[in-house]
Amino acid sequence: MQKDNDILLLKGNEAIAHAAIRYGYDGFFGYPITPQSEILETLALLKPWETTGMVVLQSESEVASINMIYAGGGSGKCVLTSSSSVGVSLMQEVIPYMAICEVPGLIVSVQRGGPGLGTIQPSQSDYRQATCGGGNGDYHTIVLAPCSVQESCNMVGLAKELMMKWRTPVIILSDGSIGQMMEKCILPPYTPRRTDEEIRRQCPWATNGLGLKGRKPNVMTSLELDQALMEKRNRELQKKYARIQQEEVRAEHYHTEDAETLIVAFGSAARISMGAIDNLRQQGHKVGLLRPVTLWPFPEKEILELASRMKRIVVVELNEGQMLRDVQWASQFRCPIEFIGHSGGVIITPDEITRKISEMGKL
Amino acid sequence: MKEEIIISGFGGQGVLSMGKILAYAGIIEGKEVTWMPSYGPEQRGGTANVTVILSDERITSPVLNTYDTAIVLNQPSLERFMPLVKPGGTLIYDPSSILTPPMRKDINVYSIEAMAEAARMKNGKVFNMLLLGGLIKVRPIVSVEDVVEGLHRTLPERHHHLIPMNEEAIRHGMEIIREENKA
Repeated sequence: MQKDNDILLLKGNEAIAHAAIRYGYDGFFGYPITPQSEILETLALLKPWETTGMVVLQSESEVASINMIYAGGGSGKCVLTSSSSVGVSLMQEVIPYMAICEVPGLIVSVQRGGPGLGTIQPSQSDYRQATCGGGNGDYHTIVLAPCSVQESCNMVGLAKELMMKWRTPVIILSDGSIGQMMEKCILPPYTPRRTDEEIRRQCPWATNGLGLKGRKPNVMTSLELDQALMEKRNRELQKKYARIQQEEVRAEHYHTEDAETLIVAFGSAARISMGAIDNLRQQGHKVGLLRPVTLWPFPEKEILELASRMKRIVVVELNEGQMLRDVQWASQFRCPIEFIGHSGGVIITPDEITRKISEMGKL
Repeated sequence: MKEEIIISGFGGQGVLSMGKILAYAGIIEGKEVTWMPSYGPEQRGGTANVTVILSDERITSPVLNTYDTAIVLNQPSLERFMPLVKPGGTLIYDPSSILTPPMRKDINVYSIEAMAEAARMKNGKVFNMLLLGGLIKVRPIVSVEDVVEGLHRTLPERHHHLIPMNEEAIRHGMEIIREENKA
C-alpha cells in the first residue's frame, strides 16, 4: 500500500531525480542545460546526501560529468548523469570507453531541437546519437524511451537493473515535453544503496581496491596495442550485444490486433500518435501503434511480423526521419512505409497525424 | 469523465500554478492528470499557457488541437483559443483585459471580474484563485475541498497560513462568475 505522499504531481525531470534517490543510486554528476535542469535542481532540493548518502555534484562541464560517471561506474557504484542534446554530444567521447571497459552508468538525455545549440523546445532528433552511438568503435548502448512521467520514473529503476546486469552504459532518451510536463507519479519505495561488501561481491571486476588481498589488481583500459587482442575484446562485446538483443527488447502495442495501418513511434510522438489513433478509429480507420520502449535493442522481429500483415506503416517522429531507417530495414519493405515528422522543436499535433493518415487513402 | 482545459494569459498571473492546483485536486480524486506548459525564453508580462487534462482513463496525447474549456486572460489568448473550443464547450474570460468580448454562440461563455475583484480585495495574488473558483463553479470537475487539499500539497508549509485566504477567494470566485451566453 502506497502512502499518499508517494503519489505526487511531478515533471518528468523531477520524477527522474526522485527515482534516482529511491532506487538507491550512489551519485549524480551533471551540468545544467534547458530543458533538463530540474533533475539537478530537484536533487539539490531533496539533499539525498543527508539521507541515503547519495552524492550530488554540479560538475564544471558535460565532459567532466561523463568522466565522473566512467569513474563511479568503474568502481562498481551506481551513478547517473543527465544533459540535453548539445550537452550529450560533448559526452560522446567517453561513452565508448565505458562500453569497451564494460562500465555501468546511466545517461539521461532530455532532447531539444538541434543540430548544434538549436532550440530549447522538445525534439527527438538524437535518436541516431543514442542508438547508433555518437562515439567511435563497434559499440551499443541500451536505450530506453519513456513516454510518460511515470515511465520516466520507472525507467531509472529498470536502467539500474540493466546496466548492472549487462555492465553497459544505458541511455534514457526523454525529451523536453516529457521532461517539462507534469503528471501523476507513484514513486517506488526506497531501496537502500549497496554496501561496500555487496559491491565487492557483485562487482569483482571493479577498480575500487575492495578485497585486494589475494587477487590481482583490476585494470580498466580501452587501449589495446595488439590488434588481435583488440578484435577478441570486440568479438566478446558483440556476443554480449547479441544476448541483449535476444533478451531485452521491449515494446508496447496499442490497438494493433485488428489494425491495417500501423504507426511506429516512440516517446512523446507515441503519446501524440495515440491521440490521433483514437480520432482515426472514430472515423472508422483501423489504425494501431507499436511503441518501441527499448530503441536499442530495437523490436525488429515484432516490426517484421506486423509489417507482414499491415497495409501500410507510418513512422511518426519529432525529427526528419531517423527511426524511419530502422523501421524500413526491420520491415524488409513488406508494406509501404510513410513518414510524418517535425523537427527543430516544433511539436506535431494529433490532428495533423489524423489528417495526413486520412489523406493517404485506401490501399 | 475527461476534461481538456487550456488556461492562457500573461506570465506572472499565476496561470501555471492555477493549473497545477487543479491537477493536484484531480490526483486527490483518483484521476489521471497531465499538465503541459508552454515553455521557452519567457518572462513576466510575456504570454504563458498551460494545458490541463483530467481523465478517468489513461491520457493519450498531452498535446491538443481543441479544448472542452478555455480560460483566457488577455486579448491575444482569446483570439488564439476561442476558435479551438469544442462546440458546446466553455469559455471563461476576464472582461478587464479583453477588448472585444467573445462572439461565439455555440459555446457557453462566462465572464469573471477577477482582476477588478482582486484589486478591490487589495490582494492581487488571489486573482488566479478567484478564477479557479469560477471554473469549478461552472465546470464542477473537482470539489472545493479537494482544491484546498491540493493547495496544502503544492504550497510549502511556511505558506500554509495563506490557505484560508485562498479558500475564501475560491468560494468568492464561485459567486462572482456570470453567464454571458448559453450554447
